[in-house]
Amino acid sequence: MSEAAHNSEGLVFHPMDQFIVRPLFGDDGVVGPLTFTNAALWMLVAVLMATLLFVVGTRGRSIVPTRVQSIAELAYGFVHKMVEDVSGKDGLKFFPYIFTLFIFIVFSNFLGLIPGAFTSTSHIAVTAVLAVAVFLTVTIVGFVKNGAGFLGLFWVTSAPLPLRPILALIEIISYFVRPVSHSIRLAGNMMAGHAVIKVFAAFAPLILMSTIGLAVTPLSILAITAMYGLEILVAFIQAYVFTILTCVYLKDALHPHH
Amino acid sequence: MEGSIVQMGAYIGAGLACMGMGGAAVGVGNVAGNFLSGALRNPSAAAGQTATLFIGIAFAEALGIFSFLVALLLMFAV
Repeated sequence: MSEAAHNSEGLVFHPMDQFIVRPLFGDDGVVGPLTFTNAALWMLVAVLMATLLFVVGTRGRSIVPTRVQSIAELAYGFVHKMVEDVSGKDGLKFFPYIFTLFIFIVFSNFLGLIPGAFTSTSHIAVTAVLAVAVFLTVTIVGFVKNGAGFLGLFWVTSAPLPLRPILALIEIISYFVRPVSHSIRLAGNMMAGHAVIKVFAAFAPLILMSTIGLAVTPLSILAITAMYGLEILVAFIQAYVFTILTCVYLKDALHPHH
Repeated sequence: MEGSIVQMGAYIGAGLACMGMGGAAVGVGNVAGNFLSGALRNPSAAAGQTATLFIGIAFAEALGIFSFLVALLLMFAV
């Protein structure tokens, strides 16, 4: 997407400009495989924040937790209960992985809400890596734990026999669509919400140009505020949904029989 | 000329793909509404089913997001 192309008309900025990956150093603007970009910076910030919360925040190990320590403990307990409830007791072996996923996504989503920040989870490249990693883990775990019995996931024994091949086809398609929907759900939600905020932001300076702005500008500022509130909710819910779907897929791998 | 017709078709297709959002809206509303009517009948069982609620919403929403993907592909990839 070229930036100069759509700068000539009324909109000063394009709603999708905020998702452009730029190199932080150097003026040539070429993004190579090892370029340090704004996406890399904000992912690094997310990791640093998570480290700060869980290493420095819980350093005291007090019986009566401090505020920061109790945030860390609440997050740990929340995900631990989720893994135990959805995947079962034997799913707890994968708790560190699932907790890492949740914390990374939740920190990336919330850091992206800071005005001017870059939302790394709004890029399909980032979420696809997370989703494909989950897909490969789940598939490998399924075959290692159950051997060929893992294929029973696709052979629905509770259905009448003539229906089973058709159901198997549907199950196989839905199995391979999992990484696609898993990654696009997160990236699409983050991208769409942030783009909507920017669209309303484009209407806000109308008051400087014409009298119709007297009506439009307060409305658009209100809309930005409302959307921002909704985005705070979405940032958490999408991290939750990503994590809980990982737990569901893990449950399928550990117990493939319906 | 030929290129502009292709581009017009891509833009119209992207707009049409947005109709899928309506389907996702109906689906998500159906899931949430049925959860609420069940939860009001038996509030004590509701708390244990919120995970199922979110899984159902996520699956219903996935198909709306596929239409969003089609729109994005038409806008930026075709």
